[in-house]
Amino acid sequence: MNSTLLADNSEASLKKFLKTLAPVDAVGASARVEMLATRSIKTSSKNWAIDLAIRMVDLTTLEGADTPGKVKALCAKGVYPDPTDLSIPSVGAICVYNDMVKIARDALDNGGGKHIPVAAVTTAFPSGRASMEVKIQDTKDAIANGASEIDMVIDRGAFLAGNLGLVFDEIRTIKEICGNDVRLKVILETGELVTLDNVRKACYLAMLAGGDFIKTSTGKISPAATAPVVYVMLEAVRDFYKMAGVRIGVKPAGGIRNTKDAMKQLVLVNEIAGPEWLDPSLFRIGASALLNDLLMQRMKMRDGYYASPNYVTLD
Amino acid sequence: MNKFEYAPAPESAALVDIKSQYGLFINGKFIAPKAGKTFTTINPATEEVLAKIAYAELADVNLAVTAARNAFTKVWSKMPPAERGKYLFRIARILQERSREFAVLETLDNGKPIRETRDTDIPLAAAHFFYHAGWADKLSYAGHGANPKPYGVAAQIIPWNFPMLMLAWKIAPALATGNTVVLKPAETTPLTALLFAEVCQQAGLPAGVVNIITGDGATGSHLVSHPDVDKVAFTGSTGVGKAIAKAIAGTKKSATLELGGKGANIVFEDAAIDEAVEGIVSGIFFNQGHVCCAGSRLLIQENVQDEVLEKLKNRMNLIRIGNPMDKNTDLGAINSAAQLSRIKDLVDSGEIEGAMRWSPNCTLPSSGFWYAPTIFTGVSQSHRIAREEIFGPVLSVLTFRTPQEAIDKANNTPFGLSAGVWSDKGSRILWTAKRLRAGVIWANTFNKFDPASPFGGYKESGWGREGGRHGLSGYLKGQY
Repeated sequence: MNSTLLADNSEASLKKFLKTLAPVDAVGASARVEMLATRSIKTSSKNWAIDLAIRMVDLTTLEGADTPGKVKALCAKGVYPDPTDLSIPSVGAICVYNDMVKIARDALDNGGGKHIPVAAVTTAFPSGRASMEVKIQDTKDAIANGASEIDMVIDRGAFLAGNLGLVFDEIRTIKEICGNDVRLKVILETGELVTLDNVRKACYLAMLAGGDFIKTSTGKISPAATAPVVYVMLEAVRDFYKMAGVRIGVKPAGGIRNTKDAMKQLVLVNEIAGPEWLDPSLFRIGASALLNDLLMQRMKMRDGYYASPNYVTLD
Repeated sequence: MNKFEYAPAPESAALVDIKSQYGLFINGKFIAPKAGKTFTTINPATEEVLAKIAYAELADVNLAVTAARNAFTKVWSKMPPAERGKYLFRIARILQERSREFAVLETLDNGKPIRETRDTDIPLAAAHFFYHAGWADKLSYAGHGANPKPYGVAAQIIPWNFPMLMLAWKIAPALATGNTVVLKPAETTPLTALLFAEVCQQAGLPAGVVNIITGDGATGSHLVSHPDVDKVAFTGSTGVGKAIAKAIAGTKKSATLELGGKGANIVFEDAAIDEAVEGIVSGIFFNQGHVCCAGSRLLIQENVQDEVLEKLKNRMNLIRIGNPMDKNTDLGAINSAAQLSRIKDLVDSGEIEGAMRWSPNCTLPSSGFWYAPTIFTGVSQSHRIAREEIFGPVLSVLTFRTPQEAIDKANNTPFGLSAGVWSDKGSRILWTAKRLRAGVIWANTFNKFDPASPFGGYKESGWGREGGRHGLSGYLKGQY
């Protein structure tokens, strides 16, 4: 897909393209997202948005303490978020570390969740500090074990040092391994890129290299998915679609903990990228605690009162 | 539902108690006008009558000026400045406490979206009182001499575009500096000023310090011409401003005039384009374009014209027009039938003179006064829509080739109130700002206000400044 926008895959032509991007004004970007945060989402639109948000959740556990038991419980929750109400949709994906992929896949297959993809974080997540051989093997393992989505991290050190070609080539290599059947999400770790100009550059770099999704963060660095960052990413996919004719997905991850935050994200998607992106194939939210808050808000909308947290399952 | 349609989220009109009839607020009390004449004020979004308003004639104006004079001589000028400050702080706090009520009332009477009254008009009005409350006992240190004196009675006439905010811009500095006030709100938007009169009562402000009289241009003319008025402060059209200047010529009266504008919003090729588009939108569609400092002339560097216009049109498609009481509304109603017809007249002239008109697809409500957001491309300096203030949601787009051409075009107007510069280059912003003949210049933002920042115009956009330390000078006889 990059052939129309880049003369070739060299660092020089990549840098030349990135120079054509307009700068981002951080103050203006914040003002825009603050204004959009005042959108009031009520009644029918809220019901609709909550169910959409549930379908967009990449239900995630990325802990050193992850065990098969924890992962299986998460999968069960992802398939039937609330077993007492089967009208609630399943989540978008289950996101785990490489070595938990098989356990997750089996748990989903055996628990009515054949339709739910397993996403694996690879390429020496979260830091990305490993040799390319390791990153390649990490990704191949995950796919062999049944991951149909790969969440890779970019080499932020290389990006900040100006070795954009290296970052670009890594993404291209991983995308080659993924092929057309495995969806590649590229984690920019925007909390380490810091400026919105860097974020915009990294977005285009990842999209040109063949990423199917651009993702804000690993969840291990703060700040993570701030609204101005998501705004810049949504602009990038909107404008990239105009240039290249391909719709790239966006995945904010980290810090989106309640329904209100999720609604604000959906408003951003709706008004910045456009309604076409309001679909789990083009927008995901990486989260764990968010799901229960969505369920509780859903109950509130249905019953008219807030239930005790004991009425939603832990995992 | 297969797309994100925001369900209506209307603010409750029941938050405010609108009386069926209002008197004139003179000497601390609401009284009936001598001749008993009234007029009505309507909700421009629905054309529904909101209240009957007293019509002040010469006899009523005389009464109000006398009340203000007495309050000045007997009470306000004798009061220790710190005590004056306390009243202003009290008023500011009450405005904050009752902000929701004020926001709803402003939206009902003016037609502007509740989001703007709630987030901009009313908080800024309160901020102006807080800011000036702090000055009341520090005037000797404001750079106007060791012992600056108030003028006495200030006659203040405000427009309908920001009724409550303009009231605050006028009353707060006048009271802080020790003047007393007779204020006339605009004919179509008197309600928040009358609610403010109740706030004055609630704050225990001494009778006669603030008097609010309602009426039309004739009332305003009586007020300005009253021999016992020391100071005139007016915000409104350049035409009326000129008439006031003539009326007070040769008298002791001093004046501050804040008049029309045709602000140039200059977008350079190196600007942050997405944010510039936001600034263009807020520059011309904020408050339906009923803004004297609106960025109503967009000057785009020709080599980025296509990109900017494409993004601008895309953004304009997202503007939500409709019920101003809905929290999700971006563009509300035009304030009056008269203003709507003026906008239509100028837009027609734009088409006749050959500019290209574009508006997003949008359905306008069937009752009330509405105008779709509109841009004109291919506009020349000689077109009426590039020269005259439209005061509506209509943007004229012009292009330039070099920075100097941008300056020449921007300054080629009898007005000089505001301008905007969009560039990622600090040096270019400073170079441009230095050459623009406008009182307020925003860089990489637009329509930002703060009580500490002086506001006012060059050329036919007005005399004097309002806000900040500079604004105090309009109400003080300095000793320099």
